[in-house]
Amino acid sequence: MLTTVIEKLKLHFSNSILDVREFRGETTICVNKADIVKVCTFLRDDESCSFNYCSDVCGADAYAPENRFEVIYNLYSLSYKHRIRLKIFVDESDLHCPSVISVWPGANWPERETYDMFGIIFDGHNDLRRMYMPEEFEYFPLRKDFPMMGVPDSIPLPRK
Amino acid sequence: MNIDQAMDIRQQKILAALENKNTSVYFDDALDNEMILNMGPQHPATHGVLRLLIKLDGETVAACVPELGYLHRGYEKLAENVSYHEFIPHTDRLDYLSPLMNNTAYVLAVEKLVGIEAPKRVQYIRTIISEMARISSHLLGIGALAMDVGALTVFTWTFREREKMYDIFELLTGARFTTSFTRVGGLAHDMTPEVITAIKEFIAQFPEKLNECITMLNTNRIFVERMDGVGVITQDQAIAMGMSGPNIRAVGIEHDLRRTQPYLVYNELDFNIPVLNDGDCLARYYVRLNEVKESVKIVIQCLDKMPAGPVHANEPKKVLPRKEQIYTRMEELIHDFMLINFGVNPPVGEVYHAVEASKGELGFYIQSRGEGHPWRLKIRSPSFMNLQSTSLLVEGGMISDIVAVLGSLDPVMGEADK
Repeated sequence: MLTTVIEKLKLHFSNSILDVREFRGETTICVNKADIVKVCTFLRDDESCSFNYCSDVCGADAYAPENRFEVIYNLYSLSYKHRIRLKIFVDESDLHCPSVISVWPGANWPERETYDMFGIIFDGHNDLRRMYMPEEFEYFPLRKDFPMMGVPDSIPLPRK
Repeated sequence: MNIDQAMDIRQQKILAALENKNTSVYFDDALDNEMILNMGPQHPATHGVLRLLIKLDGETVAACVPELGYLHRGYEKLAENVSYHEFIPHTDRLDYLSPLMNNTAYVLAVEKLVGIEAPKRVQYIRTIISEMARISSHLLGIGALAMDVGALTVFTWTFREREKMYDIFELLTGARFTTSFTRVGGLAHDMTPEVITAIKEFIAQFPEKLNECITMLNTNRIFVERMDGVGVITQDQAIAMGMSGPNIRAVGIEHDLRRTQPYLVYNELDFNIPVLNDGDCLARYYVRLNEVKESVKIVIQCLDKMPAGPVHANEPKKVLPRKEQIYTRMEELIHDFMLINFGVNPPVGEVYHAVEASKGELGFYIQSRGEGHPWRLKIRSPSFMNLQSTSLLVEGGMISDIVAVLGSLDPVMGEADK
C-alpha cells in the first residue's frame, strides 16, 4: 500500500521529493520546504493515500552547519491504517517554513510547540505564541546549544 | 527584566489571543455583558494545572483560550542527556495515572529502534499491566468526571477500587505510582504467583463493584442531563483536530491502535472496541465505561494464556543482565559495565512507535545517532492533542458545562505539559 503512495508522490512531485528513507519498516520522505503544503494536501485528499490524521508535528536540531533544523510530520491514515513520515529542512539563516494548519487544523498546537522549542517560525499560523515557556523567555530550550541546566536569570523569579 | 514586566507581557499576549480569536459563536441578542474570566491553573475541575481564559457573554462562553506549561519539566531535553534506560523512570511522570502503560510504550519504541523483541511471557505481562493501568486510569476519569458534575460518592467508590489496584502494583513493582517496571528487552523482574493470585482476586470482585458505580450514575437524572448533548464534536472536527483514544471513539470512529496496528499480543486476544456516535460528554463517559469492561476481559484472557519462560530477551549486548549474575559471572559483569557506561547504542535511524494508552495515541518518536542516548526524543502525548479541542467544545455552551467537558476529555497535565 505504501509503495503506491511513494510512487504517486514521486510521479506528482518529482522535483519536491529530496529523499526516501526506510528504517525498521517505516518510511521517511524528505520534502522540499516550499512544497510541504502542496504535498500534505495531496496526501490528505488523494484516494489511495488518504492521510487524514496528523499524529504529530515536531522539530529536531541536527546541529549541522547547513539545514540545521528539521520539521517532522508523523501522519496516519484512518482508512488504510498506514503511517508515513515527512521531513523538511530549515536552515538557521532562514527560520521560516509554511504552516500546515490549513491542511490539518490539529497541527496548530504541535507547531506552536515546535516554535517554542526551536524557534522555527511557521508562516500562515494564526496564533504562533509559545506553548510551554513563558512569553518573555528569550531562548529556545531544545536547541542543542541551550544548556540542559538552563540559563541563569532567564526567567524572573517571584518576589519573596 | 523584573517580575512585574514579565507578568505584564504574559498577560497581554494571552489576553490579545483571546480578544483576537475567531470564534464561531454569534448571539442573536447579545447581552452586552461581557466578562473575561480566568479559570485555573489552580482550579479543581481542571484536573491539574490547566489554565483557561474565558470570554463570557452572560453565562455563555464566547471564546476560550487554554494556556499550558505550568507543569513543563522539559522531559524531551532531559531525554537527550540520559541513556535509554535512565529515561524509563521519567516516563512514570508523564501520565501519572497509568505509569505502567507509559513504561511499556517507551520500551516498545526503544526495542523497535534497537531491533529486538521481548519474549512471549514479557509481552503477556506487559499487556496485563497495560490493561490494569487502563482500568485504573479510566476509573479515575469516571470518578473525577462524576465529582465535577456533582456526584461525589462515585469518586470515593472508584478510588476504593484504585487503591486495591495500587496494592497489586506495589506487590508487583515495589512502588505504587513510580513503577519503572519495564526494561529494554524485558521487565525488572518476573510476575510472581502471589501477584497473579492478587490480580485474579481483584478481577473476580471488580465487575460487581463497577456495577454499583454504574447504577449510581447511569440512572442518575442530574448526571445524565448535565452530560447529554453537552460539548458535542463532529467526526470531521475530531479527525482534523487529532483527537484520539476514547474521545475519538465517542464520535463513531473505530480508531484503536490495539486493533489497527496491533502490538504486544493484542491480535491474539478477543475483545471489542466500544464505539458510540453521539460525540457528547455522555458518549465519552460510556466509551470509557465499556472499555473498562473490555480491559477486564483482556486481563482474564492474558492470565489464562500466559506462557512460562524468561522475562528477558536473549540479547546480552542490549539487555541488562540479572543482578546475581553480575556478581558471579565475568561475561555478565562486562555486559553490565558496557550497558551502564555506554548504553544500548541502537543503530543510526529514527522510529515512531505509538500505543493505545488510556488517554489515546501515546507515541514516542526517537532519532538515534548510534549513541547511548537519544539524539531527539519526542513524546506525542494524547492529552495534549485532546486538550486542543477544548475551545471548540466549550464555545457556545454554558460556563457550568466547562467542567463537564474537561472531565469528559480526561486530560492529564503531566503528560500534556511534558
